[in-house]
Amino acid sequence: MNGTFAFWAESLPALLSGMVVSLQVTAAVLVIGIPLGLVAALLVQSTVRPLRWLTLAVVEIGRGAPALILLQLAYYGLPSSGLQLSSMGSAIAALSWTTCAYTSEIIRAGLQAVPRGQSEAAMTLGLSRLDALRYVIVPQGMRVAAPALLGFAILMLQASSLCFAIALPELLSRAQLIGTTSFRYMEILLLAALLYAAICIPASLLVAAIERRLGQHAA
Amino acid sequence: MTAEGALLIAGGISWTVIVTLCAFGLGAALGVPICAMHVSRSRVLHGLAVVLIVILRSVPPIVWIFLLYFGIGSGWLSIGPVPAAIVALGVITAANMAEIYRGALKSIHPGQWDASHALGLSAWSEFKDVMVPQLFRVTLPSATTYLIGLLKDSAIASTIGVMEITYLAGYLASKQFGAALQIFAFAGALYILISLPLAAVARVADARLRAKVAQ
Repeated sequence: MNGTFAFWAESLPALLSGMVVSLQVTAAVLVIGIPLGLVAALLVQSTVRPLRWLTLAVVEIGRGAPALILLQLAYYGLPSSGLQLSSMGSAIAALSWTTCAYTSEIIRAGLQAVPRGQSEAAMTLGLSRLDALRYVIVPQGMRVAAPALLGFAILMLQASSLCFAIALPELLSRAQLIGTTSFRYMEILLLAALLYAAICIPASLLVAAIERRLGQHAA
Repeated sequence: MTAEGALLIAGGISWTVIVTLCAFGLGAALGVPICAMHVSRSRVLHGLAVVLIVILRSVPPIVWIFLLYFGIGSGWLSIGPVPAAIVALGVITAANMAEIYRGALKSIHPGQWDASHALGLSAWSEFKDVMVPQLFRVTLPSATTYLIGLLKDSAIASTIGVMEITYLAGYLASKQFGAALQIFAFAGALYILISLPLAAVARVADARLRAKVAQ
């Protein structure tokens, strides 16, 4: 047991720097993916058919194909079409696609939850369609979507562990590397699991609390 | 990518389906006792279920698979890649299914319990004839959504060498590097193709079950 703690103390700095990479990927993916998700949620309702179909295809492929496939597609596949991305670049590109696809559905549900009277009132006030979206519908819809988006953000941090497959030096890759050199897989993987849990458990509790808070106001 | 390559990758469908269905079966079964513990009057059992669910859901699936395959497999107990993937995905599914069951239990009107008492139904009959049919209907849509999600999560079994779609795609891409884009696009399309009939069957079943109870 003593040996384990000494080993953990020794490996912790490497895992923590891996965790920073995991958090960076997650943050980048959310910052890029969620606005794209909002755009997709609006375009899916567009009256221009080709635009609607194209958006639908982007969303359905992003949700239908495993993130692990998209990651490898970006990392191993794009170079053959002349676009060489680093493992960080591929990770951000692939997971942003996934994020855009999933969050567009969450946001669409949020937008649909805004009562019809709101857009009618905006129209009556003489707001243009764009202004109605910008000042009336989107702010309210995003508030409804917020808890689900936060829950998705936690899932994305977990999904960042898939970047192990494209040699991104994130938390799991570091743990695996230490495991192969020390052969103490169980201990190092347990520490990695603890680190994921140390972020995800408080984050989920926070999301649940926010959800209850917002629920009170709605009631 | 050649036709042979496409066939090679399509050969992985069987392992993808086996891993997905076995993990789902395991999770759907284990989810029942976890849900029962969660709604139990015993504080200890309830607390245990909450802790179990939180831990299972807070660690990424790929870390669970590695813990089982490399962690336990490296010393304690020799475990093959397929059982490791099934058990790891199965226990995560159990936690999520327990929550789905719990949500369904909440949706049953309390009057239903009173009514079955008033009718003098035995506890077993109350469970089998009153609760299960309603629970099944309520659970079906979220369980199918989860199953389709699990199908995609099963791709991570490739990282420990289960020869399913993603593994074979990676293998082929390493041989024909120039065709990697088509290879992974084809593999991704396979997952979408498998999930389409699943979603369709679920939609039809849901509509039928709804029609049965519609007033």
